[in-house]
Amino acid sequence: MAGVPAPPFLARLEELRQRLAELERNGPEGRAELVQVRMELEEEAKRVTATLTPWQQCLLARHADRPHTLDYVRGLFTDWVELHGDRAFSDDPAIVAGFASFDGEAVAIVGHQKGRDTRDRLYRNFGQPRPDGYRKALRVMKLAEKFRRPVISFVDTPGAYPGLDAEERGQAEAIARNLREMAALTTPIVVCVTGEGGSGGALAIGVGDRILMLEHAVYSVISPEGCAAILWKDQSEVQRAASALRLTARDLLKLGVIDEIVPEPLGGAHMDPALAIRSVGSALRRALGELRRWRRTELPARRYAKFRAMGQFVER
Amino acid sequence: MVWFKRTDRDSRPTSRLPEGLWLKCEGCREILYRKDLERGLFVCPRCGHHHRISARTRLGHLFDDGKWRELFGSVFSTDPLSFVDSKPYAERLRALREKGVRCDALLVGLGKIKGRRAIVAAMEYAFMGGSMGSAVGEKLTRAIEQCLKSKLPLITVACSGGARMQEGVLSLMQMAKISAALARLHAAALPFLSVLTDPTTGGVTASFAMLGDLNIAEPGALIGFAGPRVIEQTIRQKLPEGFQRSEFLLEHGMLDLVVPRHELKETLARCLAHFS
Repeated sequence: MAGVPAPPFLARLEELRQRLAELERNGPEGRAELVQVRMELEEEAKRVTATLTPWQQCLLARHADRPHTLDYVRGLFTDWVELHGDRAFSDDPAIVAGFASFDGEAVAIVGHQKGRDTRDRLYRNFGQPRPDGYRKALRVMKLAEKFRRPVISFVDTPGAYPGLDAEERGQAEAIARNLREMAALTTPIVVCVTGEGGSGGALAIGVGDRILMLEHAVYSVISPEGCAAILWKDQSEVQRAASALRLTARDLLKLGVIDEIVPEPLGGAHMDPALAIRSVGSALRRALGELRRWRRTELPARRYAKFRAMGQFVER
Repeated sequence: MVWFKRTDRDSRPTSRLPEGLWLKCEGCREILYRKDLERGLFVCPRCGHHHRISARTRLGHLFDDGKWRELFGSVFSTDPLSFVDSKPYAERLRALREKGVRCDALLVGLGKIKGRRAIVAAMEYAFMGGSMGSAVGEKLTRAIEQCLKSKLPLITVACSGGARMQEGVLSLMQMAKISAALARLHAAALPFLSVLTDPTTGGVTASFAMLGDLNIAEPGALIGFAGPRVIEQTIRQKLPEGFQRSEFLLEHGMLDLVVPRHELKETLARCLAHFS
């Protein structure tokens, strides 16, 4: 994976994955080894996924070779037109937005975008949007509402960018406004958490009628690093923080925050991106199909009921 | 009764000022007579520093004759994740309740402001840094729904470090839940005034605190999304003086007004009159 070292628990799997790719390129002469490596790879992938700790789950969700928003766009949609700018200050490359066709139907797409190599990662600011990005996303979602197109939102960010300029231009206001406006949007919204669901920066494009989440994605109120720093005042406690936060897809399904877990290829989406993308495609198809049966005018009320029910408290 | 209580900068009181007849201003370190400070709404008469006050004191300041009725006081936090850091979350909750902070991190009151009925929801910093968990989200959402039902204006007074980590992603979802309720209030054209006090950060700023028809801050309050330390680590430089303070936000167009505490009630009443 370009320029980013694999975490130790994935080292063997990465090695096998690279060897397999080499053998597949080489053609017929390495046949016997190819079969051998493929078997070993499957064994190792099974072992890794069966023993994943919540912290390892976070690292897997951040894997640089996981499909990112534009990979899903290329794999599942046609006629993509990317739109730029918030009409106020700038165009934020950490969020992409535009229109495309999905099974022949026009849809709006918004999503966080991470880079793969070092230059691209910097350009995309590691998928951490500034307020301009959230405002661009809202602008495109409003266009979708105006032209009666459903919205598909791909969530994959470590969080909103905690920088000086972002604060100056109202990071908090941009996020807050999106939450309120998305709640009232009279067009269907399908959200898919594909990698990292990093706190408010993720939620800012994460309010919808159907919330899907990839099997190995995570979604949390704070990163395990941030949580360890604040509650334990010790970076080495990230493992405990990751466990305590209950941030895996299964946890979120149990907590009633997401509707569906989208299965990933064995070992994670990066092991077979094409398969992962197809898996997301069929989940999106199903979700959009269901939402098509709802009347536009009743969407906000249903969405309200959905989020209204979130949270646990006692009454005495 | 003690005459002096030492309050070093690093061990500042969280919400209520320490007991004692005399205390030191947290702004200018001047020794002040407690009764004087109280009469001045806990604003230092010398340097104007606005000391943090409890939610109960705040409601007392804002409602006519200090009279109001508590709403949704029966809603409490629970421990959905069985969260344990240095102490179990369940134990923290119990300890706070036994200490007498009974309102969780939000106190909701119904009363009159200069004769006009309104609901005020004020955050209680002494309850886990005013952090927003499910109970806070539920109480505020109910307050908004009550405003819709009874056609009342809403005033929130934020004072919070953000979402409550101990309730994980459920805390995060309170931001969406409250904002969705505010979308309804917005559509119903009922006034919502958001007051931001020191500090207002994280998920509270990034949800209801920035969504007021008017956003009004007390002077010198720290207001932002990311905390100053996180930003310093990100950009690897010291932040300029006054960054993320009320006056800075006013200058950058994020606030309508910065209003000293003794003018707050008057200002709120005047704005409400313009809107209803």
